[in-house]
Amino acid sequence: MTITEKKVIQETNNDTILEVNNLKKYFPIKGGVLRRTVGHVKAVDDVSLKVFRGETLGIVGESGSGKSTLGRVILRLLSPTDGQILFENEDITSKSNRQLRPIRKDMQIVFQDPYASLNPSMSVQELIEEPLIVQTNLDKNERKKKVNEILDKVGLRTSDQLKYPHEFSGGQRQRISIARALVLNPKFVVCDEPVSALDVSIQAQVLNLMADLQDELNLTYLFISHDLSVVKHISDRVAVMYLGRIAEVAPKREIYEKPLHPYTQALLSSIPTVDKNSRREKIILQGDLPSPSNPPSGCPFRTRCPKAFDLCSEVRPELKDMGNNHYVACHLYE
Amino acid sequence: MEKTPILEVKDLKTYFYLEGNKVAKAVDGVDFQIYPGETVALVGESGSGKSITSLSIMKLIDKPGKIEGGSILFSGTDLISLTEKQMTKIRGNDMAMIFQEPMTALNPVFTIGNQIMESLRKHQKISKKEAYIKAVELLKIVGFPRAEETIREYPHQLSGGMRQRAMIAIALSCNPKLLIADEPTTALDATIQAQILTLLDEMKEKFHMSILLITHDLGIVAEHADRVMVMYGGQIVESTSVERLFENPLHPYTRGLLESLPSIDREVERLGAIKGIVPPAFNFPKGCRFSDRCPYAMEECHQSNPKLLEIETNHQARCFLYKESV
Ligand SMILES: Nc1ncnc2c1ncn2[C@@H]1O[C@H](COP(=O)(O)OP(=O)(O)OP(=O)(O)O)[C@@H](O)[C@H]1O
Ligand SMILES: Nc1ncnc2c1ncn2[C@@H]1O[C@H](COP(=O)(O)OP(=O)(O)OP(=O)(O)O)[C@@H](O)[C@H]1O
Ligand code: SF4
Ligand SMILES: [Mg+2]
Ligand SMILES: [Mg+2]
Repeated sequence: MTITEKKVIQETNNDTILEVNNLKKYFPIKGGVLRRTVGHVKAVDDVSLKVFRGETLGIVGESGSGKSTLGRVILRLLSPTDGQILFENEDITSKSNRQLRPIRKDMQIVFQDPYASLNPSMSVQELIEEPLIVQTNLDKNERKKKVNEILDKVGLRTSDQLKYPHEFSGGQRQRISIARALVLNPKFVVCDEPVSALDVSIQAQVLNLMADLQDELNLTYLFISHDLSVVKHISDRVAVMYLGRIAEVAPKREIYEKPLHPYTQALLSSIPTVDKNSRREKIILQGDLPSPSNPPSGCPFRTRCPKAFDLCSEVRPELKDMGNNHYVACHLYE
Repeated sequence: MEKTPILEVKDLKTYFYLEGNKVAKAVDGVDFQIYPGETVALVGESGSGKSITSLSIMKLIDKPGKIEGGSILFSGTDLISLTEKQMTKIRGNDMAMIFQEPMTALNPVFTIGNQIMESLRKHQKISKKEAYIKAVELLKIVGFPRAEETIREYPHQLSGGMRQRAMIAIALSCNPKLLIADEPTTALDATIQAQILTLLDEMKEKFHMSILLITHDLGIVAEHADRVMVMYGGQIVESTSVERLFENPLHPYTRGLLESLPSIDREVERLGAIKGIVPPAFNFPKGCRFSDRCPYAMEECHQSNPKLLEIETNHQARCFLYKESV
């Protein structure tokens, strides 16, 4: 299936696998001797989005913009402060851990750092078998068969099973994490910077693998990255986050060719590229990202926005439908 | 460019002596020149020897590492033969360095102002008052509008991008002829990276410096360097002007790197991954160091390591696919 075909399918049957409404995650900031809550880090602040079955939704944004928190809250690895999460039309917002158990095997996560996320004292075989023991009633032989199958799929040798994580290179370790996430045959996978720690030649191997597995296993990805080139390569749609909010979301061609939000425009222009002909004029933003514990009033981007005007400091812009599945939160488009 | 180079590195070798009699040949026969006013990029994947090359030039190699051979001519002086005391004079004077993680290079217990003023007074005979005025001026140049306040702040009070700008101010405080920037923006976000790289370009003009820019990002090379050297396995495998490298890459490794890069301009279904992994510096394959991953490898590639030869005018490559131009 080509990328365009895939898009047409989504738009026609619009099969939503995940829906998030007004999601918030605030972390308390404790202070003083009594460790009282003195404020909140608004890591995710009123996010609404849909993910369609079979697509890859890329999430980009600078460090601290709330990408990982969003991914974790969606999987209910963190409890939301407010809002709603629907997975396959089922409200999972306030389900208990026990109630979540049967759903968990459908939703998995691959982390950035394969060092930190793999227990160093477990062999590859144990690492991959563990989720099967926890989540399924398969017997030993069936589990063994599954482990072998998935090892083969991610391009590791069956003989690698008895080795430990430190005996592998970064790229191979990431294959182990992917195998671990996919062994339960999930429908939806949050990929949190899965290639950010890898060299480009290895990154390409892992990205190709993830694309192949998606086709083969009909996976849906929420792909988090701060690398806009990687996200463009792998995604069907892209959402841009800024200070816990979505600034813009659109099909990838739309957003890369016609970015509307001033932040998206600056972000795209700032990526150094080897292709002289498509180099954009750099929009150099002044200043740094404000603290998410004390976000600016109105539009969160207004303190760095070259186009900000009076209204921007007074009213918070909501996501507005611009047609072609393109949404933007900016007062310039009202 | 018919000028004399400001830096000329010849056959540089830096080895690390590891347990079990293993020798990591981190830098193994590196030759290059840097001319006044140019930015030369050193690009390559993790472990290829970029940082060790730059640390060798600064003579900051510690045990178990050792500079085993070659020469480093800086403004005509061979640094290899200098004593540590003589070297200290050059470091942070004619030659300065900024790193990926500025926190490791900044002293956490002194204010930013303290550190710039100390650096200024180490290299110039000026009073405290003059140093203060100069420090404020430098901070303004590198983009701190409230420099009078910043000067009183400690490193931990600054964001990553601000710390890197403070590092640049310290580096500039001694008016260096050569600035070595080792992945100066790798830890920073895209919009902040753009700020810093633009600043470095401006500073190069303003202070008439040369820059050795170490990076693994070919996009940065394309936009900010004049010449480029591609490093693999402790050696330079290709060296030419930036235009040439992207128009006509010669070495199979360079080509592989370019194909494995996802681009925001092109759309491809699959990336051209290079098979295998970067070999460790204590265990290179026999022959050409890229031979175990190279799609073009021939018989002789597994026998001996090719030399870096001039294939076309001002374009060198280390690969048996090419013959030296005469
Ligand atoms: N457990 C926590 N407790 C308190 N604050 C947190 C916690 N986790 C995240 N935060 C804060 O929430 C904000 C968003 O963090 P998050 O990790 O989601 O960002 P991110 O976009 O993934 O960034 P990065 O690109 O650096 O991974 C940050 O300000 C962070 O410091
Ligand atoms: N202190 C050390 N002890 C042993 N080996 C070392 C030491 N420092 C570096 N090396 C080895 O030297 C080689 C080159 O390292 P170097 O740090 O120069 O790589 P690099 O190109 O800068 O990589 P990166 O992109 O990861 O910064 C590596 O194989 C590394 O393992
Ligand atoms: S609302 Fe204003 S500040 Fe926000 S993005 Fe639009 S123009 Fe910029
Ligand atoms: Mg994150
Ligand atoms: Mg390095």
